[in-house]
Amino acid sequence: MANIQLKDVRKSFGTVKVIKGVDLEIKSGEFMVFVGPSGCGKSTLLRLVAGLEDITSGQLLFDGEVVNGLTPSKRGIAMVFQSYALYPHMTVYDNMAFGLTLEKGSKEQIRERVTKAADLLQIGQYLDRLPKQLSGGQRQRVAIGRAIVRDPKVFLFDEPLSNLDAALRVATRIEIAKLHEDMNSVTMIYVTHDQVEAMTLADRICVLRDGVIEQVGTPMELYETPDSLFVAGFIGSPKMNFISGEAAAAYKAHTLGIRGEHLNVVSEGGVWNGKVIHTENLGADSYVYLEMGMEEPVVVRLDGNNNYHSGDVVHVSPMEDKLHRFDEEGKPIR
Amino acid sequence: MLWSYTKTTAFYMLVLVIVVISVFPFYYAILTSFKSGTALFQVDYWPTSFSWDNYIAVFSQGAFPRNLLNSVFVASTTVLLALFLAVTAAFALSRVRFRGRSLLLMTILGVSMFPQIAVLAGLFEVIRALGIYNTPWALIFSYTIFTLPFTVWVLTTFMRELPIEIEEAAIVDGATPWVIITRVFLPLMWPALVTTGLLAFIGAWNEFLFALTFTSSNLTRTVPVAIALLSGGSQYEIPWGIIMAASVIVTVPLVVLVLVFQRKIVSGLTAGGVKG
Repeated sequence: MANIQLKDVRKSFGTVKVIKGVDLEIKSGEFMVFVGPSGCGKSTLLRLVAGLEDITSGQLLFDGEVVNGLTPSKRGIAMVFQSYALYPHMTVYDNMAFGLTLEKGSKEQIRERVTKAADLLQIGQYLDRLPKQLSGGQRQRVAIGRAIVRDPKVFLFDEPLSNLDAALRVATRIEIAKLHEDMNSVTMIYVTHDQVEAMTLADRICVLRDGVIEQVGTPMELYETPDSLFVAGFIGSPKMNFISGEAAAAYKAHTLGIRGEHLNVVSEGGVWNGKVIHTENLGADSYVYLEMGMEEPVVVRLDGNNNYHSGDVVHVSPMEDKLHRFDEEGKPIR
Repeated sequence: MLWSYTKTTAFYMLVLVIVVISVFPFYYAILTSFKSGTALFQVDYWPTSFSWDNYIAVFSQGAFPRNLLNSVFVASTTVLLALFLAVTAAFALSRVRFRGRSLLLMTILGVSMFPQIAVLAGLFEVIRALGIYNTPWALIFSYTIFTLPFTVWVLTTFMRELPIEIEEAAIVDGATPWVIITRVFLPLMWPALVTTGLLAFIGAWNEFLFALTFTSSNLTRTVPVAIALLSGGSQYEIPWGIIMAASVIVTVPLVVLVLVFQRKIVSGLTAGGVKG
């Protein structure tokens, strides 16, 4: 419902510059994920969009209107916090209804909207409970429910899954994806440091580093054509292998990037060879770590059954069309 | 084995000594308040006679009932005023970023360093200038001044501990600072409010020096001063029985308050709001 534009947005805390000029357009109904290592400013950027922090300079526009000076509720946003941030003294129902009662809606209307959101999230039977009587996953649903009830134009998530355990994280991730399908007119911005969440949820991903945008694109664009070494290393699991020195020079590059899944093991006469130092078997696939004289071992991704042991020498060849070549500045050569 | 018995015995002896020292004066006051006539001057450690005479005397002669009401009014108003000012100040001091915040906090703490006697003369002038001399407002005014530093500090510390996300969630929900304070923070701050309120009440209830200085007539005095100024039939008679009865009467409200509110002091009220 809302098209969000950031124009040269900057934020400083005292003399520390956290956001150093961000230009970005988020289309109406889009699911945008801000991703980056900790301290890159992704949460700050989200809080600027939310209105919880003042923008130092630059403009933030919702549907073409400057909203820099508007309070969060006036912007029509709803936010889900990492720590849930439920009101501990209120029941689930009151937690969800709080924003609506402040808007002075009628009782029946509030009840109807809360019940509808609760049914959607399957928390209908907990409406009379206090947050402390709920499990982590249920609390996070209540937090999401509280945001849905307000019928926001923009839905903000600040690392909503990082307090959940692994199984619950996957389940909730799927629910958020479903939520996006159901509420496809609502613009969603999601902050995470987990590239798996970014890849699975996003329509587009915005990779941030040190307060500037490194690259914006669909998950597959970032995976297939990273615009920098940083993005190449950040997106994808296991991490992309970087090969420098003579091996890279042979391909007329300063650094070569090749993903573990794009390396073929060949019996003899491969392009490179290395000694196995470690193997990890994940069932469906397995990672073989090769010592090739680089800073970090090279990871080869194979299927689940392989019989390599530490000390074996393995020959590998890259799939030529999947090689990423980078120059001295870490920019791709295409 | 012997050593552990000795340790246990020593421990309980110490407990006994502390209990006797702290409870005995009050116990003896109760004992004395039920005596009459010359029995007052006999040393007894157990009840020997029982009469309500002293209590009836306290309420029938002089302005004691009026003094009691004065005390209740002064102490309650002080608590309400101090808590209102302290909660709003604590919100600003803990949640609003502004220049000189920590200096202000230290100044507030600094105010509480001054002994009452040091500011007595100056405060007296202020109270005369405000035209509230010999009214309950003089006491409320001065007690609030002396209660606030402590109250503000405790509430500021407590409010800082409240998760910032809860406040931010309320902001996103469209709450104004006043709504945040009254509907989100206050319910979470019950334990701190009860504790500081109770201490402020006890302080105002027991205060003597200001109460003596800032009031001049029997009708405006509070109980501590009234008790001290209780006089007997002649200059040479000190009405111990009545004094003891009055002392017991002024202690009872405090005991009741503590008993009532200790149930309210529930810790861990914030559990469940955020992770953990």
